[in-house]
Amino acid sequence: MSTLSERILGAPAGNFVDCRVDRAYVHDGTGVLTLEAWRAMRAEVLARPDRVYVLFDHIVPANNSVTAALQRDLRLFAREKGLNFTDIGEGICHQLMSEGIALPGEIVVGADSHTCTLGAFGAFATGVGATDMAAIWAEGGTWFRVPESIAVRLDGALTGAAEAKDLALTYVGRLSMDGATYRALEFVGDGVMALSMDSRMTLSNLAVETGAKAGLFYADETTCRYLETYGSPVRPQSPGECRYERELHIDLGEVVPVVAIPPRVDTIKPVTEMEGMPLDQVFVGTCTNGRFEDLERFAGIVRRKKVKIRTLVAPASRNILSKVTESGILRDLLAAGCTVLPPGCGPCLGAHQGVLGEGEVCLSTANRNFRNRMGVGGEIYLASVATAAASALAGSIAAPEAAP
Amino acid sequence: MRIEGPALCMGPDIDTDVIIAGRYLRTKDRSEWARHAFEDLDPALASRLQGKVIIAGKNFGCGSSREQAAIALKEAGVVGVVAPSFARIFYRNAINIGLPVIECDCTCRDNETVRADPAEGTVIIGERFYRTRPLSPRMLDILSAGGLVEYWRGRR
Repeated sequence: MSTLSERILGAPAGNFVDCRVDRAYVHDGTGVLTLEAWRAMRAEVLARPDRVYVLFDHIVPANNSVTAALQRDLRLFAREKGLNFTDIGEGICHQLMSEGIALPGEIVVGADSHTCTLGAFGAFATGVGATDMAAIWAEGGTWFRVPESIAVRLDGALTGAAEAKDLALTYVGRLSMDGATYRALEFVGDGVMALSMDSRMTLSNLAVETGAKAGLFYADETTCRYLETYGSPVRPQSPGECRYERELHIDLGEVVPVVAIPPRVDTIKPVTEMEGMPLDQVFVGTCTNGRFEDLERFAGIVRRKKVKIRTLVAPASRNILSKVTESGILRDLLAAGCTVLPPGCGPCLGAHQGVLGEGEVCLSTANRNFRNRMGVGGEIYLASVATAAASALAGSIAAPEAAP
Repeated sequence: MRIEGPALCMGPDIDTDVIIAGRYLRTKDRSEWARHAFEDLDPALASRLQGKVIIAGKNFGCGSSREQAAIALKEAGVVGVVAPSFARIFYRNAINIGLPVIECDCTCRDNETVRADPAEGTVIIGERFYRTRPLSPRMLDILSAGGLVEYWRGRR
């Protein structure tokens, strides 16, 4: 029986295939370069403009006049060609594609490495570069090498204060930063059923940190219910007994809150071993952990308390910001002393909003802790939302308590 | 297709943030990316890339999909990158902008002469000979054209 990647791409692992692409998206960062390549190609028409998305999220609102001019050019192009366009303030591209757009069984490409997030829906979703994307605009498809698959078999249920992010960092630590290069991950096992869509997206999101091309879940009742709320009815996919290149077993009951030590995502330690390490900033958000459940969990811990250090919170989309506003979570965040940023990628890539100074240390719920990523001379520890909340209250790395 | 130049040795897991930092992405000026290549590793490195073949450790180009990373190397004069493995998006980007990449696990000493042929699947460093998998015909066509933009224009 075929793996989900083989089923969607239509050929056994190892084959090269030419595929039509169901959804293709860029953001303001990669879109500029895509547009430049597109113009250099002198292609006149987009093959399937209704399947092309331009979603501004990286430097929003624009931080200076150079960025503003680049964004203006891309914005005018998107409007002129009738592309699906969302401007500043709408949200992170992967999150917007997850709100009822990317569907099970589809081939989704994004000009961003964390496009793999959408594997949570049973889509084959993978990142491409700008020139590849320009050719996809022109032709409506591209080539892939069908990947071998590694099963990440999840058994049992998360316990205590551990959450999906801890599980994600745990599997990255086990596979290492190139353990799945050119491969796809498939998340299977009886532990999957209890994971919400928000949690699954967190797990798929980190797939690229192991070098994986994609990180897929089979669509199930949870997927169908989630997409139904966005008006996109779909059917479940049935997992079969398929041949995996290797299997990684994780007993969810053994997962504990962890941090990833800079500058590598795969250097994992239990939070308890790092407790007391002084911090300058906490950042909660991104395509990894900026969803409603994340902000709800964070607010549940900081409610009626005060954060001791500067704490930035960026909802992943306007939809999420609306929900946290309506549910009173926003009020709790503000009362606790958090700084709320507009929906977008925020400081994750060190472009604006919360850049670190020399010698500063940030605990972040994002997905990368590479050297200087959030600012020259700054260090990034990656952790879960609950660890971020406990640490913001303590002013130093602190282990979260289990939810009551 | 031949690649030839002195070796520049690098370690494993070189990420695209290190190749070109996020703070330099907000421009279309390619020379800016070339000037700041590897800045956070060694600010003097960018000026020594002209004509070099990078011989790196595993997982070269991991992390962000930013195509500016491959462009920065090409603009700075790097003639090819050899590594035991590449992050897949970087690998595709490099081919697409006309920068030859070869998967090969080899021993490196700085400034030894590297001669490599991605069509034949050979890498010679100093006196050491390595055989590796040749690039696919399509990738070779794209590289020969100078990149995907030129390849695409040539096929119309």
